[in-house]
Amino acid sequence: MPMDESVRKAVLGAVPSLRAFAISLCGNVDRADDLVQETLLRALANIDSFQPGTNMSAWLFTILRNHFRSEYRKRRREVEDSDGHYAESLKSQPDQIGQVEFREFREALAQLPSDQREALVLVGASGFSYEEAAHICDCAVGTIKSRVNRARTRLAELMGVDSADEFGPDQQTRAVLASGGE
Amino acid sequence: MNERKPQGQQTTMETAATNRNKKGIAKPAKLSREVQARLGQQLRAMYDEVVSQGVPDRFTELLNRINGGGSKDRQ
Repeated sequence: MPMDESVRKAVLGAVPSLRAFAISLCGNVDRADDLVQETLLRALANIDSFQPGTNMSAWLFTILRNHFRSEYRKRRREVEDSDGHYAESLKSQPDQIGQVEFREFREALAQLPSDQREALVLVGASGFSYEEAAHICDCAVGTIKSRVNRARTRLAELMGVDSADEFGPDQQTRAVLASGGE
Repeated sequence: MNERKPQGQQTTMETAATNRNKKGIAKPAKLSREVQARLGQQLRAMYDEVVSQGVPDRFTELLNRINGGGSKDRQ
C-alpha cells in the first residue's frame, strides 16, 4: 500500500539520526545500517500504531532500541563478554566510524554499560529531552538522569579528564600559557 | 489552576551517582562544567559526523520499493 507522503518524509528525515544512534549502540556501521533497515520495515508494517501528531522520530528510536536490545540479548548468549566484544569490534575497525580523532572518545563510549550509553546519546546527541529519552527507554525520568550522570562521570574517568586541565590540547595550551606568563 | 508538579524525581539514584567523592580525595563529585561541555562536544561531533552523511541510497530505495508496491514501475 502506498504510504502517506508526509509519513514517508518523516521516516526518511529520521534516518540520519537513527543511523547515528544505531552506530553508537552497536559500534559497527554495517550492522547499524541493517538495524535501521529492520527498524524501518517494522515501523512501516506497524504504521497504524503510530499516532499522528506525536513525535515520529521518538517512535522510530523506540522501535530501533527495542529491536537492538532483543537482538543483543540473543547475541549475548553466544558471546559472553558482550561489552568487551563490542569494544573489540570497534578496535578492529577504527576508521569505519567517523574520523580517527573520535577514536579515543568512541572507545571510551564503547566501554560504558549499554543502558548508560544509550541514555547519554539520546540526551546528549540526539537532542531528546529527559522525558522523551525515558519514554524511548521505557524507564523513569529519574533513571535516565541518573544514567546520564553516571555515563558522564565514567567517560571522564575513562578518558582521564576528571578536570578540564587534563584534556590533551588544553593541557598543552595551558602549560604554554603558564610558563609564558600573561 | 491545576498545578504542574515536576514528576517525582528519583533523586536517590542521582545522589548515589554524584556523591561518591570520599573525604580528602580531590576528585569532585560533579564534573566541572568545562569537562561536561568538552565531553558533550565530542559526543555531538561524533554523532553529527554520521548525521551529516544524510540518507544512504539503500533507505531511499527501500521506502520507494515499499511505497511502489506495484503502483510504480520503478525499481
